[in-house]
Amino acid sequence: MSPALHRRLPLLATAAVLVGLYASGGLLYDGFLSGRVALNLLADNAALGLTAVGLTLVIFSGGIDLSVGAVVGFTSIFTATLVERHGVHPALAAAAALAVGGALGAGMGALIHWFRQPPFLITLAGMFLMRGGAYWISTESVGLTHPLYNRLAAYELPLGGRLGLPVTSLVLLAALALGGIIAHYTRFGRNLLALGGSESSALLMGVPLAGTRIAVYALSSLAATVAGLVLALYTGSGNPTFGLGLELDAIAVVVIGGTLLRGGRGHLLGTLLGLLVFGVIQTALTFDGRLSAQWGRIIVGALLLAFILVQRLLHERLGRRRDPIHTV
Amino acid sequence: MSRKFRELLRSPVAWPLAGLLLLVLVNVLINPAFLRVTLLDGHLFGVPVDILNEGARPLVLALGMTLVIATGGIDLSVGSVMAMAGAVAAVLLAGGHSLAAALAGAVAVGLAGGLLNGLLVARAGIQPIVATLVLMVAGRGIAQLVTGGDVTLIRHAGFAFIGNGYLAGLPFAAVLAVVLYAGAHLLLRRTAAGLFLESVGDNPVASRFAGLPVAGVTLLAYLGAGACASLAGIMAAANIQAADPYRMGENAELDAIFAVVVGGTALTGGRFLLAGSFVGALFLQTLAQTMYQLGVPPAVAPVPKALLILAVCLLQSDRTRGWLGGLFRRSPA
Repeated sequence: MSPALHRRLPLLATAAVLVGLYASGGLLYDGFLSGRVALNLLADNAALGLTAVGLTLVIFSGGIDLSVGAVVGFTSIFTATLVERHGVHPALAAAAALAVGGALGAGMGALIHWFRQPPFLITLAGMFLMRGGAYWISTESVGLTHPLYNRLAAYELPLGGRLGLPVTSLVLLAALALGGIIAHYTRFGRNLLALGGSESSALLMGVPLAGTRIAVYALSSLAATVAGLVLALYTGSGNPTFGLGLELDAIAVVVIGGTLLRGGRGHLLGTLLGLLVFGVIQTALTFDGRLSAQWGRIIVGALLLAFILVQRLLHERLGRRRDPIHTV
Repeated sequence: MSRKFRELLRSPVAWPLAGLLLLVLVNVLINPAFLRVTLLDGHLFGVPVDILNEGARPLVLALGMTLVIATGGIDLSVGSVMAMAGAVAAVLLAGGHSLAAALAGAVAVGLAGGLLNGLLVARAGIQPIVATLVLMVAGRGIAQLVTGGDVTLIRHAGFAFIGNGYLAGLPFAAVLAVVLYAGAHLLLRRTAAGLFLESVGDNPVASRFAGLPVAGVTLLAYLGAGACASLAGIMAAANIQAADPYRMGENAELDAIFAVVVGGTALTGGRFLLAGSFVGALFLQTLAQTMYQLGVPPAVAPVPKALLILAVCLLQSDRTRGWLGGLFRRSPA
């Protein structure tokens, strides 16, 4: 097996699981393979996908961001309150939300880098901060009635037939493309993977550690902010409870996508595949109706377990072949 | 200044303890009746007793988490294990089984969870965050499956005693937590077991060369965390006399980790402070009580908690210590 193929094995495994799940869904349920169902996979999971894109970049760098779910909730209620209660234009409200999100991410990155704190704890504080802030703004859901939201929600990019891509899916696809370019075709992306692979090596190679780290946490928070905007558009409301536990689903999506949680190895394409696996499982559960929703979490947990064990095996083999120094 | 006092100041528990005392002082200033404890019908009542009673679950969780963090690991699944243990106990009791069977079933669930986590970390060599994430995600689903997706009510006087009973005037749950801490202290600090945990957390390779069963010690730590989590689940279910698979133990893992960190145990492992975790968990509970006294809506309570995490993290970082040290050196003593 060539090394390149071997390195992409987790990606291929995820693709195989996706095809298997999708095909068995098609065999079991009528109408599962329709174009509408396939397109809904993107529309229904747009917020999850957006947070997962940002989280993938953070995980590439060897970090973690637990605050993304809370940022989604905060953004939705923050913009909804600004627009509906204070008469701010939605575009301006979105810009303000992005500023808050970006500042939060950059701040967390700065604390993680300069104070050498575990990302786990700092982003946990960010999560508490944003969730508390969201409830501070309003403990109740705020419905969106601004005409711009209605126009955006009604728009669909026609794809032929009666199918179309709503704005939420378009934003997700754009973010996936952008994330893929950033991660795999820019110097910043290579710096991320280098940092995740080995911080000391990255430092010796001349990777700007502080800038890279601060930027990646800012990017992750920005992606989560966009996810909050998209979720508000999708549901037509802002709610401080939006995105509760979303960070776990996003981590699961990234891991199922074959990205190493240790950092330094992965592909953004895997995150798209992981998102589709997640979406197909949820869709199959709604199609079935006999299996209760609880099974969704259990199946995702089982998949997660299977994937980390497979990754572990692959990593061990790769490690032995590639850098004999690190196998102590 | 006596030598004993100096030693106390230098002890790592001094900081969290000072924080707790400061918080109590703030409370006394807000509400002079804060520390008043009254004896009614042979039971003690008062805010400090409430804090002990409500704090029993976080205390027990923090104990288990301390063991895992000492080995350099982390256990994200304790909240889900709580929900599973509570659900199993409720369903067994509802099915007419005895109290002993229900308790045994719940603890068995916790041990099984700990076994899974421990094997993944110690044998398969998977990062603790990832390994325990599996059970965190799946466990809540399993708990919902056990109760059939409902909140199961529990009507059993003996079971309710675990959560609401009084022993010699003190809340039984609090007494149980204190006894557990004392037991853990004897087991870990009066034998070499605690040293083994720290050694494994500090340097697993060197520990293995020194002849320590590294995988076994790690596995035991996760088993301990699982058992503590199931106990906390039993206490939570007994307290509200119901098992809620959706909300029980929600964010409990975060509070437990936080309590341990506030108590001066670093997430990097290799060192642990049982007394610190005890004080840390009480500190968090007192903070929650303070928010309640100040009339802060419970939903906003995460904000001060976040600021506290940041403060503790910054105080513990080498960079801030360097700055503070510099300040002290320059100032005339």
